[in-house]
Amino acid sequence: MNKLEAKDVNLHYGEKHALKGISMGIKANSVTAFIGPSGCGKSTFLRCFNRMNDLIDNCRVEGEILIDGRDIYKNRINVVDHRKKIGMVFQKPNPFPKSIYENVAYGLRINGISHKKYLDETVEKSLRQAALWDEVKDDLKKSALALSGGQQQRLCIARTLAVEPSVILMDEPASALDPISTAKIEELIHDLKDRYTIVIVTHNMQQAARVSDNTAFFYLGELIEYDETSNIFTNPAKEATQNYVTGRFG
Amino acid sequence: MNNARKNEIKDNAFKVFALVCTSVGLIVLGLLLYNIISVGLTRINWDFITNLPSRRPGKAGIYTALLGMIWVVTLTLIISFPIGIGAGVYLEEYGKKNPFAKFIEINIANLAGVPSIIYGILGLELFGRLLALGNSILAASLTLSLLVLPIVIVATREAVKAVPGSLREASYGLGATRWQTISRIVLPASFGSILTGLILAVSRAVGETAPLIVVGALVYVPFAPKTPMDQFTVLPIQIFNWTSRPQSGFVVNAAAAIIILLMFVFILNGFAVFLRNRHNRRVKY
Amino acid sequence: MQKVKEKIIEAILLICSSITVLTTIGIIIILAIETFQFFKDVSIVEFFTGTEWTPLFANKKFGILPLVSGTLLTTFIAILVALPLGLTIAVYLNEYADKRFKAVIKPLLEVLAAIPTVVYGFFALTFITPILQSFIPSLAGFNALSAGLVMGIMIIPYVSSMSEDALSAVPNSLREAAYGMGSTRLQTAFKVMLPAASSGVIVSVILAISRAIGETMIVAVAAGQEPRLTFNPLNSIETITTYIVQVSMGDVPQNSIEFRSIFAAGITLFGLTFILNNISFWMKRKFVQRYE
Repeated sequence: MNKLEAKDVNLHYGEKHALKGISMGIKANSVTAFIGPSGCGKSTFLRCFNRMNDLIDNCRVEGEILIDGRDIYKNRINVVDHRKKIGMVFQKPNPFPKSIYENVAYGLRINGISHKKYLDETVEKSLRQAALWDEVKDDLKKSALALSGGQQQRLCIARTLAVEPSVILMDEPASALDPISTAKIEELIHDLKDRYTIVIVTHNMQQAARVSDNTAFFYLGELIEYDETSNIFTNPAKEATQNYVTGRFG
Repeated sequence: MNNARKNEIKDNAFKVFALVCTSVGLIVLGLLLYNIISVGLTRINWDFITNLPSRRPGKAGIYTALLGMIWVVTLTLIISFPIGIGAGVYLEEYGKKNPFAKFIEINIANLAGVPSIIYGILGLELFGRLLALGNSILAASLTLSLLVLPIVIVATREAVKAVPGSLREASYGLGATRWQTISRIVLPASFGSILTGLILAVSRAVGETAPLIVVGALVYVPFAPKTPMDQFTVLPIQIFNWTSRPQSGFVVNAAAAIIILLMFVFILNGFAVFLRNRHNRRVKY
Repeated sequence: MQKVKEKIIEAILLICSSITVLTTIGIIIILAIETFQFFKDVSIVEFFTGTEWTPLFANKKFGILPLVSGTLLTTFIAILVALPLGLTIAVYLNEYADKRFKAVIKPLLEVLAAIPTVVYGFFALTFITPILQSFIPSLAGFNALSAGLVMGIMIIPYVSSMSEDALSAVPNSLREAAYGMGSTRLQTAFKVMLPAASSGVIVSVILAISRAIGETMIVAVAAGQEPRLTFNPLNSIETITTYIVQVSMGDVPQNSIEFRSIFAAGITLFGLTFILNNISFWMKRKFVQRYE
């Protein structure tokens, strides 16, 4: 069974038809990249998986999105609980204006966990997983805003890991970072794959090629092609995909 | 004389005129301060601050007025801040698209322009007579609370609006509820700007005179208030009273009391400006 | 469980915002009820057309016109001061002054609006009036002129700051276009920028007028308590607000007709400012839409 499954998903912003009949399945413990030119709907689609689009006015989603076989757009589902299982990392690092420690502990605290020892352990574990522990272990009380951009983004990843999601959605996580920080994030994605299912939206095709197992190409709100990454980049079935990955447009 | 030259002269003439205009305001401000300080400064001493009111200007002090002001302003704070912040948060975070919130918004814009003396009439009838609070400190504080509420609400809305949406998204993404996001992320992040607005509201309450006169503040209170149900006077009313007396000794007293009042107002405003600048420099998302 | 808590919190916050609506309703109901009582004893025609206002005398007359004229007279003088000064300052700060000068002057001028008005009253009565009297010997000790002038200074920042904000909101491209066609700075400022910001500027002036009409302590201290139908600024007059203060300070028994007269005066004042505030609110709406 697929970890994530989309069945004929359509999304409208008011009059605009932003996603057109998208169906795809994503396997557990894999990295899937969404690529495509700006405005093709890849970020919008990503945000369907944790119902982030609910926060936008007059946005309508049709079709089914299943996680572990459960439809998350069914009425009975508790959106807040659902979002705890699906972590999300955003394009620009967005640490809270709190200390490094409190950033990571936030997800636990909002669930009413205040046991000091447990918090300490989880913060350390999450920071280690995000490969940030060694850099910040002496400054946990320092403001997160004092970190560099790359460190901030890894902090945001650690913050996500702390609530132990099974899926991590990444919306162009490295687009605002320098090359060295980007390399660290990519390395991290590779390490996290064993324990999490990762979906990453990226503008950068080399990045998609480096980090992902499967790649989906979106264009004008449609899923054009979805295959193993090596196939997409070396032997795409569709001409549009071929044109995009070879840099002819987008 | 050619056209370009004429334009240059006009341009320079305007510049001079504008500088004169700007100075008029500042010169008057300077004269006002000079006038008050030169009349009142020598009158200020410890006795002036700790003495009870008296019919003889040389013995009169501002003790009861000062305490009355502290009582009224503190209670106003306690009443208006939670309500104002709550309302501001509601309008910005919950009520974005519902028509009732739109209506409240228009209403607040209107309230901000209602003359303060009208609030006095409301307070007199609603708190003084209907709720039978009479001319007590509590009635006055409730009245001033309604008066400063629009200031607190507008300041809260502006502050909350300035918190970037990405922080809210991150919080929702971690499974936080709306109220968790507001109470743990949005309010702490906007605290500095909200505080600036709150201080300006306090400053307004400190100088407010007319509504308190209508609510029934006394001009002669021979004792210091001890409970919120006591009668009271405040510094601006004491000043008003002394200013309208014929003996020149009371004019000196009024000026001295004004110096004390202005100290409160300037310290509060200065603090607000300081906070605003510090906040603007510190937080860059 | 958590959902219930969220709903309760939302309800509490909604109640907080509703208090502002209740305030407005409260003001209107209270003024209306008491005024209704008042008009049982006093003819509404006399109230709006009578030229004498003597509720505190034995021979009571209830013509509001003297109070209205007093209010309009002081407001007119104040606007005569604040409008040219405030507008010139706004244009200068926006078009001529460098950033640092503006950053210092704007908050400094705003201090004028932060000073409690009773202080201005004191200043008008004990400083400005004696100075004016040395030029105009016929000036009364309490007079509309001195109160109006000081009030004008007080509301300068209302005009200057808000107009300057409106001018700053005009897109820079408009200014560049004007310069590009060879306009001088003065021409650009007054023929292009000011008209483009006109609705914002008008809003600022309307709010300043509304503020002046409702101003109480300056006129209560310095303009006198003699209701008289005159437009001579050298006379002692009485404004609507002063009258309300006068009755509140006195020993008028509640539920008497003199007491009720402050509600009739109050509703007149409220009506005047309510109209002005609404005009400015709708103008602001229109103005904001234009540049978004």
